Amino acid sequence: MSHDWYSDFVNSGVGKTIAGNVGLPPVPILRRWEPGQPLLSGPALLGTATANGRVAKIVRAVLAEAGVEVHEDPNAPVGGGSSTSKVAAAIVDATGLSSPADLAAIQGFLTPCMKRVGASGRVLVIGDVPAEAERPAVRAARRALEGLVRSAAKEARYGATVNLIHVADGAENDIESTLRFFLSSRSAFVDGQRLDVGVVPGYAGSSAGTDWDRPIAGKVAVVTGAARGIGRTVATTLARDGATVVCVDIPASGDALARTANDVGGTALQLDITGDGAGAAILSHAERHGGIDIVVHNAGITRDKLLANQDTDRWNSVIDVNLNAQLAINDVLMGSSDDTGFHRGGRIVTVSSMAGIAGNRGQTSYASSKAGVIGLVDATAPLLTAKDATINAVAPGFIETDMTAAMPVGTREAGRRLSSLTQGGLPVDVAETIAWFAQGASYAVNGQVLRVDGQNFLGA
Amino acid sequence: MASPRRAAVVGANRIPFARSNGAYARASNKDMLTAALDGLVARFGLADERVGEVVAGAVLKHSRDFNLTREAVLASRISPWTPTYDVQQACGTGLEAAVLIANKIALGQIESGVAGGVDTTSDAPIAVNEDLREVLLAANRAKSTAGVIKALAGLRPGQIVPEIPANREPGTGMSMGEHAALTAAHWGIERTAQDELTALSHHNLAKAYDAGFFDDLMTPYLGLTKDNNLRADSSVEKLGKLKPVFFPAGADKAEATMTAGNSTPLTDGAATVLLASDEWAAERGLPVLAHLVDAETAAVDYVHGDEGLLMAPAYAVPRMLERNGLTLQDFDFYEIHEAFASTVLATLAAWESPQFCKERLGLDAPLGSIDRAKLNVHGSSLAVGHPFAATGARIVPTLAKILKENGGGRGLISICAAGGQGVVAILEA
Repeated sequence: MSHDWYSDFVNSGVGKTIAGNVGLPPVPILRRWEPGQPLLSGPALLGTATANGRVAKIVRAVLAEAGVEVHEDPNAPVGGGSSTSKVAAAIVDATGLSSPADLAAIQGFLTPCMKRVGASGRVLVIGDVPAEAERPAVRAARRALEGLVRSAAKEARYGATVNLIHVADGAENDIESTLRFFLSSRSAFVDGQRLDVGVVPGYAGSSAGTDWDRPIAGKVAVVTGAARGIGRTVATTLARDGATVVCVDIPASGDALARTANDVGGTALQLDITGDGAGAAILSHAERHGGIDIVVHNAGITRDKLLANQDTDRWNSVIDVNLNAQLAINDVLMGSSDDTGFHRGGRIVTVSSMAGIAGNRGQTSYASSKAGVIGLVDATAPLLTAKDATINAVAPGFIETDMTAAMPVGTREAGRRLSSLTQGGLPVDVAETIAWFAQGASYAVNGQVLRVDGQNFLGA
Repeated sequence: MASPRRAAVVGANRIPFARSNGAYARASNKDMLTAALDGLVARFGLADERVGEVVAGAVLKHSRDFNLTREAVLASRISPWTPTYDVQQACGTGLEAAVLIANKIALGQIESGVAGGVDTTSDAPIAVNEDLREVLLAANRAKSTAGVIKALAGLRPGQIVPEIPANREPGTGMSMGEHAALTAAHWGIERTAQDELTALSHHNLAKAYDAGFFDDLMTPYLGLTKDNNLRADSSVEKLGKLKPVFFPAGADKAEATMTAGNSTPLTDGAATVLLASDEWAAERGLPVLAHLVDAETAAVDYVHGDEGLLMAPAYAVPRMLERNGLTLQDFDFYEIHEAFASTVLATLAAWESPQFCKERLGLDAPLGSIDRAKLNVHGSSLAVGHPFAATGARIVPTLAKILKENGGGRGLISICAAGGQGVVAILEA
């Protein structure tokens, strides 16, 4: 990883003064999760847009269980302080809107909140799914929230994030894991994003009894590309959250893979995922663990070339590893036994990319594969409901890895600063999102693609 | 007493073998054995787990490495509460270690164990000159300053020349290659036959790599992902161009047949194999590749007698066959360690010889020939290389996996060793 010297400078004593005087953009230090950390570091403000809101109740219940001090008045004195004291989160139940006129109530609540949300604070807007509305006025009001959230995210300071959750009709009691993810520091680098809960019908599951410090305790996870980089961190994070991890990578990376497996107390499987029978080999290896609960398709390669200079072998190698291998393995998983193969209630998480959404110069093959991943998720999500399983994708933005460290300085600095959080994310930010998708409690989150990019300005 | 159970071969890990003074030039025995153990731990999820015993050894060993295996275990991710011991039976070390582990499992003394072997000819133990050593020891024994000075007065410039280990039999002063050349000449093993066996070993190993056979038997090390002695494009023609390097004493040099191609090179590497009771494997959901059925060792008098240095397996195998009521043909696969191509061919020739089988083995009929298509089907030491103590721990899992992929069967392992010894074993799946 390349060190962020600029961040060090503007966060140092003298650097902070100079940066403030000459108007250099600050780089907030993001709060990140560790076991035992409370859901929120302080009080929360909870507003409701209309009398018809249907999620405030569950939000209140989750906050109460987490021991969070909650106020409904955005100007309420909190924590024994004043009406301007900092809060850790501001949450709006924006469900039940009947026309754009209802948006003013949300503005009225959030305006004082924006000055009160502290460092690494959370602003969470929870609305209805626009596509479920038939009347134009209703749909317009629902859709308006996205513009509000994406803009507010660009205004939020000190590492605070602003995100939007759409809750499908009838899914209001199925949002606990999502609420906890977006409120906690697990979502440190997720900013200005929208996520839909319960939009793929036919889901089943429960979050009852979840140990939120070890939400995947006892589960068996397979992580491809686990030898190094983001994959290694995914393996570490899943193990931290309680899973036994089968670490997969190509045989040539076997020594680094062995280190990952031994560090997480898992097992190493040296496997070329593009080979025939890769899915069967994964199932066969996992038999010793009694089957598979979680599969993370993290393995990916880049063979960057301008399209004008592209050749078919390089192109195919990217499509094979990043897309075809996932399709083939998913087919094997879906056809496997509920008991000894891919378990009922299993989770597939795959890795797309900001490049797959926004495109990137020199990355026609990579971006094609990563956009293809989104199509794969869209089409696979409804198929998995037969197994009570889900599939989702994370789309990382600029993440500090060996790959980005090798970039030219200018490109790297642009990648870091051209985002609302003005920094690159860490591999653990991607891993936390994957770990949340992987939770049994995330049963209503299916077919989603979530960007973990600090609201990067590319393709936003 | 109930009849002993059979130990299961569960899996293995080795590092790619490297030609001497190459990729692993700066790696010690402990480094390589630790790396091999760590890969095994990762493959089977044994981090921080205590196994019954780890038994391994090295042929070329520094004096500080008296507890080599223990030191490697302490450096590895396996539980530091795992007991170990070192064994040394020259090239038979790895197989003997596996037999020792298997026997304890069979008797119920342990439920699991790791057998291994490692050797480096690059990081060899160089000792001080014997004359110098005597001077220094005398000085150490001296009780007065004057005595020390008197002893040190024995120092001479020539004593700076160190003692370097050599591939030489102390009993005869001949190198192993020279011994093998004698045997080859005795059995009339032709150059072409040796080169054919060598080329086949390379081709078989290359095919096994292409098929991914070693993906769950090996972990890369120090940038090496394959045995670097492998020459996939080896051929009888190319091998035929090499000049002989080992000459049988007292024979015409023109008749020499053994080259650097059809002899194993000096090699660095380490191998480990995980053995266990069926119950231990089942508890962990680990499939069993094969079982170790029986083993036998033999030794020949190559110093005073007239037997070849590397011919002991020719004696060990028939004894083991008789004990198990088997014939030489009752095997689906044969793994005969390729110390030299001529060694394999001389051993096969001996078993085919009515005279040898009658006079040396006391058998009424020769053991007969084997189906050569069943021999070293995924290559052996000529292609893989031969870090002395590691070879047995390479061959056991290789054969076990071959049997498993075959859907069952019986396999024979035969390994010759320095000092006129041999270790052989039977695996079944």
